[in-house]
Amino acid sequence: MKGRTVLVPEQGTAGSSKPLLVEGEGRRRVRRIRELVIEGGLLVAALVSVATTTMILAVLVVESLGFFDTVSLYDFLTDTLWTPLFDDPHYGILPLLAGTIVTSMVGLLVAIPIGTVSAMYLSEFASPRVREIIKPVLELLGAVPTVVYGYFALLVVTPALQWIWPDLPGFNMLGPGIVIGIMILPLVISLSEDAMRAVPMMLREGSYAMGATHLETAWRVVVPAATSGIVAAYVLGISRAVGETMVVAIAAGQNPNLTWNPMEPAATITAYIVQVALGDLPHGSIGYRSIFAAGLVLAMMTFTFNILGHVMRKRFREVY
Amino acid sequence: MARSLDSSHVGSAEKGEWPKPLKAEACELSFYYGSRLVLKRVSVPIAQGNITALIGPSGCGKSTFLRCFNRMHDLYPGTRYEGAILLYPEGRNILDRQVDPIEVRMRLAMVFQKPNPFPKSVYENVAYGLRVRGVRDRRVLDEKVEQALRSAALWEEVKDRLSALGTSLSGGQQQRLCIARALATDPELLLLDEPTSALDPIATGNIEELLQDLKRRVTILIVTHNMQQAARISDWTAFMYLGELVEFGPTKRLFTTPTNKQTEDYITGRFG
Ligand SMILES: Nc1ncnc2c1ncn2[C@@H]1O[C@H](COP(=O)(O)OP(=O)(O)OP(=O)(O)O)[C@@H](O)[C@H]1O
Ligand SMILES: [Mg+2]
Repeated sequence: MKGRTVLVPEQGTAGSSKPLLVEGEGRRRVRRIRELVIEGGLLVAALVSVATTTMILAVLVVESLGFFDTVSLYDFLTDTLWTPLFDDPHYGILPLLAGTIVTSMVGLLVAIPIGTVSAMYLSEFASPRVREIIKPVLELLGAVPTVVYGYFALLVVTPALQWIWPDLPGFNMLGPGIVIGIMILPLVISLSEDAMRAVPMMLREGSYAMGATHLETAWRVVVPAATSGIVAAYVLGISRAVGETMVVAIAAGQNPNLTWNPMEPAATITAYIVQVALGDLPHGSIGYRSIFAAGLVLAMMTFTFNILGHVMRKRFREVY
Repeated sequence: MARSLDSSHVGSAEKGEWPKPLKAEACELSFYYGSRLVLKRVSVPIAQGNITALIGPSGCGKSTFLRCFNRMHDLYPGTRYEGAILLYPEGRNILDRQVDPIEVRMRLAMVFQKPNPFPKSVYENVAYGLRVRGVRDRRVLDEKVEQALRSAALWEEVKDRLSALGTSLSGGQQQRLCIARALATDPELLLLDEPTSALDPIATGNIEELLQDLKRRVTILIVTHNMQQAARISDWTAFMYLGELVEFGPTKRLFTTPTNKQTEDYITGRFG
């Protein structure tokens, strides 16, 4: 009852006792306009990035359409040769796709086990001090220019592998694949670790209360609970691996080669694009247009993986 | 006033009010979070085959006390126990540094305030403790899982979806799943921390009934906010206030003729 009289002013006094803190009409309008201007500015800034992405996609699609005037989609998807610059040109994306898939797979075979175990260590076992040292080092790993990684693959990893397999060619997909794995490791580790740390303490306590050890708790409860986040980390890692360019351009050889054997040299989609883009093909020629078709395939792959990864990350956030 | 371990001198417990036989006993148990003392020389006997309820206002240290029994505080740095918790029949102090907390947790089980099923199937949730104990035999697992689910009055509801995620069950079912998980390993002492506080009255009623059936097989120590619940289900009640044990006694006596003024004020709702 008491509360009511305070909240609802009595009719008679409502008009006469004007509250002190209410602002005047003019001030309110100025403030509203200022808010509108700021909001508008922010919207424009956000739109710039959206517009850029859309325009890139549009250019890719338009230039590819010119390409597909000459080459049928069927040939593009089924031909097993990619020789757009030869006298007898073939435009089958499969060899480039295979190169991309093989190098990415090798990268994942490196990054997934090492990344998962490292993330588990950082999230569940490392003391705060150790974590404070390791995390910046990982970020540093992500800051190394990719050219450096490329030469690392060509001049260190491949020779090391040749030590084990003497007949491994100097250009091959294995070395760069491994290096791609190392490159995406920081991403995979930090996203997986986020996912594991997001697992509520309550679940760990439930496991310990059953008599489980630290390792059992980490492996049987924390990792399964973080699965969708961990898989999202893998997917975003794949997306990064698929788009990786310098390492493969430098160390995998640049001749399209339809093979699933990582010990062989091959070109990836990205490697082909830099190779051709760096040459001086006449604007509008079919060779020039072929890089847009290849780029469109690449963009579609990375977009798919990115969207997939982000959807999964969002989903794991919502679980708790 | 120091409370001796000898029952005849303990606080408010009068002659004939000391349970026997005991499953466990907290003796002058003190506990620190860092330098903060939150349990002050608490002595409570846990009667074998009975339900002992722990009541007291929020923040008085009930959960802290309960979590000493399975050394849960060991998971966090900076915590410290003083005094003893004896676990019978051997009467060993399980807070002793020499005692492996995992060994203690193997004998006890705990149900938490909020249901915390693992993100695994119903079956794997219940089988978890067995797997941790190295049980591999599928037949043994099947049998124990069914038994535990039946004991937790959940079998009929989940028998057709043992492979569904434990987290997909309703809140009340999840809590019974957690009870089944706790029971599957035949614990000697079941610790429950406000197991029904997140549940509706019907689910609460189910679990209370369940605890009554269970006490023949397993000793129960339950923390509850709800005095009616303590009065309904427990045989013994301990009333704590500000980290101290104020009164311990048979539930009926404690709720009808409390000897301590604070206890009386609390159970009659005149507190604070
Ligand atoms: N991790 C912690 N660090 C420091 N102090 C804590 C910690 N956990 C609990 N406390 C303090 O210890 C005291 C006892 O807490 P506890 O959780 O045992 O109370 P409770 O009786 O279970 O309360 P409730 O009925 O609200 O669950 C409280 O004052 C609380 O603030
Ligand atoms: Mg509590």
